[in-house]
Amino acid sequence: MSRYLSDVAVLARKDLRLELRARNTVPAMLLFVVAALVVFHFALPEGSSDLAAKGLLWVAIVFTALLGLTRAFVAEREQRLIDGLLLAPCDRSAIWLAKSLSVLGFLVVAELVALPAFALFFSGIDGATVAGVALADLGICAVGTVLAAMAVAGRARELLLPLLFLPLAIPIVIGGVGASVAAEPARYLGFLALYDAVFAIISWASFEYVVTE
Amino acid sequence: MSTSLRNNRVPLLAGLAAALLCAAIALTFFYAPVDEDGLNQKIFYFHVPIALTAYACFGWGAWKGLLHLWKGKPGADLESYVAIHLGVIFGAMTLITGSIWAKVSWGHWWLWSEKQLVLFLVLFLFYSAYFMLRFSVEPGPQRANLSSVYAIFGVVLIPVSFLAIRLANQYIHPIAFNRNGPQMAGSQFFTFCVCLAAMLALFAALYNFELAGKRLDARLRELRELLT
Repeated sequence: MSRYLSDVAVLARKDLRLELRARNTVPAMLLFVVAALVVFHFALPEGSSDLAAKGLLWVAIVFTALLGLTRAFVAEREQRLIDGLLLAPCDRSAIWLAKSLSVLGFLVVAELVALPAFALFFSGIDGATVAGVALADLGICAVGTVLAAMAVAGRARELLLPLLFLPLAIPIVIGGVGASVAAEPARYLGFLALYDAVFAIISWASFEYVVTE
Repeated sequence: MSTSLRNNRVPLLAGLAAALLCAAIALTFFYAPVDEDGLNQKIFYFHVPIALTAYACFGWGAWKGLLHLWKGKPGADLESYVAIHLGVIFGAMTLITGSIWAKVSWGHWWLWSEKQLVLFLVLFLFYSAYFMLRFSVEPGPQRANLSSVYAIFGVVLIPVSFLAIRLANQYIHPIAFNRNGPQMAGSQFFTFCVCLAAMLALFAALYNFELAGKRLDARLRELRELLT
């Protein structure tokens, strides 16, 4: 068990180090999410309710995550890094867990900017929204990592990932928006936790088949 | 693995499906009573069996995908693909018949408060992306694995989405329409069962027909490669 976790830690550290050196993904996600919020301000007519803005916050989060996920396996495919990873004496699901954790890290950094920016531009954010975002992040990264690995195997790549990801993200958006706007957010948070658990298990179990032939 | 149309189950299943469909149409229009909703309630006998058959297709596709990943059963990937292909067709028919029913009953082509219809829209989008995935990857073991994993994600998504859409209705819309209004009479239930059997038989016939064609195709390609 500790062997597995140390494999995961090494692999995740590799992704973080690559990002720190090349700075490809996180700055793009930060700029994108702020730009999206500005666009949403102008997309909402004068006098729209805060509820509509809260809904758009979730659109911004899902699309920012999509941006990060599109980049997640680029090095693995373009530099054939994936062959090295598959030869390494570690469990294949450790690759999934490490990649999910690094994508989660990027997404959290983007949200550390996005949520205060949202509070500044639109309306204040309560604890339930933050909890909803945290739970949704787990599900987005767990499912998104498997789908990103699928998408890079195809010819269409960047085109394919949103098509695969958005239908699976609809329940996350429903749970997240419910947690931010409903009077009693507990059941929506519970639903998000359920989604995370269910999809984390099948992603963990199926990742091996996605990367091996 | 039979490749010939003659010595497999296709003609038998096609005959069964045709007979059951004729019986279903006859029962729907001449046997089942017209209830208080009027004649437009008859679409129930087609819409709901088609929807249930679509679920059966998706479930069958995921089961074949699981067999491919778990046991490495040869040909299971093709069977999974054919089942999902038919599932998308039945899913599209569910959307169309549901839309017609909504228009006739409530005056709108689309209602976000109709949970089953919204669920089918999500599933339709999800499984349409299946084809994008499948046809952007080179044929081979990797494509089979990816398709199977995606098919299994699909059957997990069905209950999760259903739960989510039920939750969403509580803040987007009040639940305005309850389809279980009139209790089903015995004759109506019998008609419904025959319609469901007819749709399932239609699925089985189309499934075997498409599978036979695809296998014939693959065999032909192998022979051509042998010749060159």
